[in-house]
Amino acid sequence: MLGRLSLAAIPFDQPIVMITVGTIGVVLFAVLALVTVKGWWPYLWREWITSVDHKRIGVMYMIVALVMLVRGFADAIMMRTQLALAAGHAQGYLPPEHYDQIFSAHGTIMIFFVAMPFVIGLMNFAVPLQLGVRDVAFPVLNSVSFWLTAAGVLLVNLSLFVGEFARTGWLAYPPLSELAYSPGVGVDYYLWSLQISGLGTLLSGINLTTTILKLRAPGMGYSRMPVFCWTALASNLLIVAAFPVLTATFAMLLLDRYCDFHFFTNDLGGNPMMYINLIWIWGHPEVYILILPAFGVFSEVVATFSGKPLFGYRSMVLATMAICVLSFMVWLHHFFTMGAGADVNAFFGVMTMIIAVPTGVKVFNWLFTLYGGRVRFSVPMYWTIGFIVTFVIGGMTGVLMAIPPADFVLHNSLFLIAHFHNTAIGGVVFGVMAGYSYWFPKAFGFKLNERIGKAIFWCWFIGFYLAFMPLYALGLMGATRRMQHYPDLHWQPLMLVALAGAVCIFLGIILTGVQLAVSIRARARNLDLTGDPWDGRTLEWSTPSPPPAWNFTHLPHVERRDAHWVAKQAPKPSITPKPDRAVGPIHVPRNTPIGVFVAFFTAILGFALIWRIDWLAVIGLVGVLAVGLWHVWQTDREMVIAPDEVTEFERRNVKEAA
Amino acid sequence: MSATGESLELGSAVPLSQQGPAPTRVVAGFGFWLFLLSDIILFAVLFAGYAVLSGATAEGPTGAELFDKRHVFLETACLLASSATCGFGTLAVLRTDSRAMFFWMFTTFVLGALFLSMEAKEFASMVAAGAGPSHSAFLSAFFALVGTHGLHVSLGLVWLVIMLLQVATLGFQPMVARRFFCFGLFWHALDIVWIGVFTIVYLGAH
Repeated sequence: MLGRLSLAAIPFDQPIVMITVGTIGVVLFAVLALVTVKGWWPYLWREWITSVDHKRIGVMYMIVALVMLVRGFADAIMMRTQLALAAGHAQGYLPPEHYDQIFSAHGTIMIFFVAMPFVIGLMNFAVPLQLGVRDVAFPVLNSVSFWLTAAGVLLVNLSLFVGEFARTGWLAYPPLSELAYSPGVGVDYYLWSLQISGLGTLLSGINLTTTILKLRAPGMGYSRMPVFCWTALASNLLIVAAFPVLTATFAMLLLDRYCDFHFFTNDLGGNPMMYINLIWIWGHPEVYILILPAFGVFSEVVATFSGKPLFGYRSMVLATMAICVLSFMVWLHHFFTMGAGADVNAFFGVMTMIIAVPTGVKVFNWLFTLYGGRVRFSVPMYWTIGFIVTFVIGGMTGVLMAIPPADFVLHNSLFLIAHFHNTAIGGVVFGVMAGYSYWFPKAFGFKLNERIGKAIFWCWFIGFYLAFMPLYALGLMGATRRMQHYPDLHWQPLMLVALAGAVCIFLGIILTGVQLAVSIRARARNLDLTGDPWDGRTLEWSTPSPPPAWNFTHLPHVERRDAHWVAKQAPKPSITPKPDRAVGPIHVPRNTPIGVFVAFFTAILGFALIWRIDWLAVIGLVGVLAVGLWHVWQTDREMVIAPDEVTEFERRNVKEAA
Repeated sequence: MSATGESLELGSAVPLSQQGPAPTRVVAGFGFWLFLLSDIILFAVLFAGYAVLSGATAEGPTGAELFDKRHVFLETACLLASSATCGFGTLAVLRTDSRAMFFWMFTTFVLGALFLSMEAKEFASMVAAGAGPSHSAFLSAFFALVGTHGLHVSLGLVWLVIMLLQVATLGFQPMVARRFFCFGLFWHALDIVWIGVFTIVYLGAH
């Protein structure tokens, strides 16, 4: 009746898990109770859950990312604490089978459910505004994408309470992840949550690529697009090209596990190395999917806060697209040690070093943009400068490991862990934090507290160096990744420093919450009435903060790069619409619950497949089909915003700004 | 509202990239092309898997022993013919000629269903002969690749039925016409994939 599901699936015997689950339960219950008591459900349903507005969907992506950051970080600090304790005869507090789940969950969550939703959220929010258009190409599909990601998040969190998570590392290499060696539901949780959220990501990639290539304000040719849009284009092209590889690879592993196929098994001709090749053909582009939009944010920030056009726009665009193409030609450097041979290793080593060239071009472009500029040291600029310093170090250790003989020594050591955290934190986290503080006033109409923002930066910056520089040293001393315990007491002092770094980052995460609370309470003092709080250069700053549902009352007409800056320099602003200019009725897509319904039934389907509950799987599948059919017969998909309402919005806005 | 109603002017002095948002018809078609691209990549991975594993027969039967090329040729003929009828059907949609549309699309459905039943027969006979997907890595890759194509064809048939019902209930409104256009693209793309399957899997069997 319930497949493999029984009460035994709930880990009552593990106090750490039960306390965590209890805490999450209490918090969740308190939030839901508050929403219910305050009567916020109708508002949330109407304005957020069913919203197809790209700005709202972008914000929801980022909320998911921030919540999951807490979850992923909890795993991180548990690992750091364990390794600070478990030296010599001490065994620490996490048994190996639990520790294995924690590092697998940490990697999976941080990449798929923190970095990805944050980056996709930023692109969703900013790209249509920067392009000067009213929405993405497929607003309803956008909602479906978001809710599918949320369904994946739900499943991955459910694994904490019901059953277990994978113990196979974040990429679930076979044959370990095959049924023979991982008979539990852990790998199934991993696979189904990533298949579901991966589908959402693919749809989102198609949506944003179409938006950038087909929907731009009149006059905005490719050479006039903001650099963030270029990096978003590169990133989304990579999503469209790489995510099907992930889907197909996971599908093969699922067939092995569920239907007794032999793609990657040890017997009957299966080939585990094929999985490792395929997963990295997705995996290497994936790191560029994450970092390229971060590069875009830094490019916007550095130009805005230096009061100068970005240095070397064309070379920046070329470098972005070069990275986009090259990212598919380096995958084998993730497994130089796995027997490809000297010639193949040499090719991939050289390609890996070549990809550092366009990245170097970008770094110099940012530096030359700063040079001679009137630099304003606001929070986004802190993150940017911190990034330039940190990322260069991470890049150099990467080039070091691109040399196959060196990689034979460093492979799967803590040196590698330090390297990719150096680029992931120094690049992606700093980038999304810069984007978060940069676009926050655009999204909500008031700025975040600057002093706390700077404190958050210092916590992350110092915390990063404390936490990961010791790992470089430990890696050179021979410490490996995924190690739950070590005999050599000499490693312990460095492990303690790393723990201190993690605590420092923890402080930064707490302060992010504090900053949000403080800024909301004091919002009256930090209101952004002009819509242009940073003296910005691109079109998103030419519309009020927060922008109306229709973004722009009159589609801007772009004549040059940095269109908003150009308009501000002109004696008579040509982009800002005059309040008396005639407005016609504006069509916007009507909100729809299709996204949340599809995701609801998909989550049921995923849960049923994980636990092999056949009848429930049928319900999930039929549910998805039914809501899909209901949706395709909906013909009334747009609503019209009357000219009066638009004019009224414009009047009010001009009055406030004055 | 994804785009304005204006259409693009190819001969105008303003470059195409600067003419503002493209019309919905173009946007929808373009998005679907991108989806097809991603689907083709999914098949590319399955093809790569088949290429790697096609020799890994685990001392079981090989492709040359299992495949009946005459049967597959007829199968191929059905699918290719269905692409032609689907093309005529799409033209009928453009003319909003519902009688011709129903005729050609019904023919497409029959040919597609014929293809699927032949494929199902092939699969069933292989499994009955003890050459199911669990037997070797080669057979796993074969069933996954050809089966995924078959699954796509099945979904295409379901989609076709839905489209016929849409025309019957909603008529040829722009939204329905756009979907029909996308269905046509999907159906032709499956043909292209099948040509790869026929060449690499069946003709290339050794």
